Amino acid sequence: MPGILKIALKLLINDRSKFTALLVGITFAVFLMVMMTSMFSGILTRSSSSVYNIGAKIWVMDPAVNNATSSIPMPDYVLSAARSIKGVRYAVPLYFGTAQVKLKDGSYQAATVVGLDDATLYGRPELLEGNINDIYAENAFIVVKDAEYDKLGKPAVGSEFEINDHRGAVVGLAKVASSGLFGIPTIYTTYSRAITYIPSTRFTTSYILIEPGSESDIPVIQQQIGKLGYQALTRDQFVGKISDFYTFKTGMGMNILLMTTISFVVGLSISGQTFYTFILENLEKFGALKAIGAKSNELIAMILFQASFTSLIGYGLGVGAASTFMILARLRMPDYAAQITFVILGFALLMVLVIASVSSYIGVRKVLQIQPFDIFRG
Amino acid sequence: MSGAAISAENLVKWFGEGEARTVAVRDASFAAEYGEILYIVGPSGSGKTTLLSMVSGILKPNGGSVIVEGEDIWGMSEDRIAQIRLNKIGFVFQDYHLFPRLTTAENVAVPLILKKMNWNQALNVALEYLDIVGLKERAQLPPYKLSGGEQQRVAIARAIAGQPDILIFDEPTASLDGDTGRKIIEFVKAKILNEKRCIIIVTHDSRIYEYADTIMKMEDGKIIGFEKNHAYEK
Repeated sequence: MPGILKIALKLLINDRSKFTALLVGITFAVFLMVMMTSMFSGILTRSSSSVYNIGAKIWVMDPAVNNATSSIPMPDYVLSAARSIKGVRYAVPLYFGTAQVKLKDGSYQAATVVGLDDATLYGRPELLEGNINDIYAENAFIVVKDAEYDKLGKPAVGSEFEINDHRGAVVGLAKVASSGLFGIPTIYTTYSRAITYIPSTRFTTSYILIEPGSESDIPVIQQQIGKLGYQALTRDQFVGKISDFYTFKTGMGMNILLMTTISFVVGLSISGQTFYTFILENLEKFGALKAIGAKSNELIAMILFQASFTSLIGYGLGVGAASTFMILARLRMPDYAAQITFVILGFALLMVLVIASVSSYIGVRKVLQIQPFDIFRG
Repeated sequence: MSGAAISAENLVKWFGEGEARTVAVRDASFAAEYGEILYIVGPSGSGKTTLLSMVSGILKPNGGSVIVEGEDIWGMSEDRIAQIRLNKIGFVFQDYHLFPRLTTAENVAVPLILKKMNWNQALNVALEYLDIVGLKERAQLPPYKLSGGEQQRVAIARAIAGQPDILIFDEPTASLDGDTGRKIIEFVKAKILNEKRCIIIVTHDSRIYEYADTIMKMEDGKIIGFEKNHAYEK
């Protein structure tokens, strides 16, 4: 490390009260920003969990559908039409609904019911216990063993429950990539059993899942489905649509944005003010350095280094604190919806760099204004 | 070495413009020779500090020149002037301006570090200079744990660590009692001054006039006279 930066570092960290105040300000801001955005990210991921878990490349739905759980059933001819489109390798129906499950102790628990195409079981989950072919057995259901599993009374393979006065038998336990947003368990069965056991509207197909022949067929398929008055979305497009819904149409996005902005402003205020005070207290010393022979760019380097060093340490502490908080929260609430992504880390780093830049700018301006002559004048 | 270490010719400095203009230094010319201690004395507001600031390259004059090694420093770029200050001039400020968050040794090492000397090497050199001013055993203490006289000596060690040709002292005894002030100047004269160095001291402490080689008196921004050795009228 160049000596001038070592001086800057010592001036900074040896002023323990100021350094601590700076770190607390930035750490707190990063903690809040990361927490807010991680919660939002977790919510968005959970809201699209079915789309990720089932994994189809193309989803056909009513254009009015804005999130996976509020599907609008489609008539059967859409499935037939989809199968006849050139470029469609295969198309299968999917049932997606909610039902009340009556447990052994007599209590009721809402559950998401996913009905897989009987012929192909396309979109089936990975089994932890049991055999996938048992799904064809009488009253068979597969229970997803995720954070919500306990809510069904931790059913083992072979245990039973009631669903709309029908007997349900657990033939397997499965795992999925992501749990749902609303904290209810998920059970899988066949499409035909799902539409038989669960009261439904005139039409029964929630979604049609399409496997295209190749990537280049996707636009054609989307166009042809569009002509039917329905919408065919790729997985990413569907996830984007769901994210847009929660971000812009539920108020959730705005609230998170506000909280994140407040966190940023709080961090900026605390660290900016503290850094400014730090510079003011050391102004004469910077003036003395200038008089001794330090060049302006060396003084700027010192200030930038001090601001960057503090910001990056604060960033690390803030991310660490947020991660620790999430780990502790998950110990108490397994379905706690928060996730730190690289985008969030990048965003928080960017915000911290903005805080460092603003703080440095204030400091640099003051230091460049001080004239060595002022030191002589006293 | 003989001859002028630094010379000023027709220096003029004013502050403010129009009716608010105040002339601080008028037409000041002088030269400081190697091996001498030059005092700049005069009442408050006589322009001593302004003149000192101009000759040491930290306040740009409105007219005139300051010659160091045959070159007018005020014709140089800002970075070049900073380099001259770093390599040729050592400062001892009135309030010392030591860094309270650095150790005494690190304070002395500052000019060496600015000269890009390696950190450890700079600290070793700093210890040598602290030894010269008799404070080697205080090297690891922060300056605020030292007495006023000791802080003054640390400031002197810092000023000479870069081996400058010209040493500038601004009111060196202002914050010290009479005895300590005299001891400091005696020490400077005995240990710091040599034939390759000149020392310019701004002061209005008449108790230390006896240590001057030349006394330059200022009044109302003008140099009104020079006196050699002890002949100055107190």
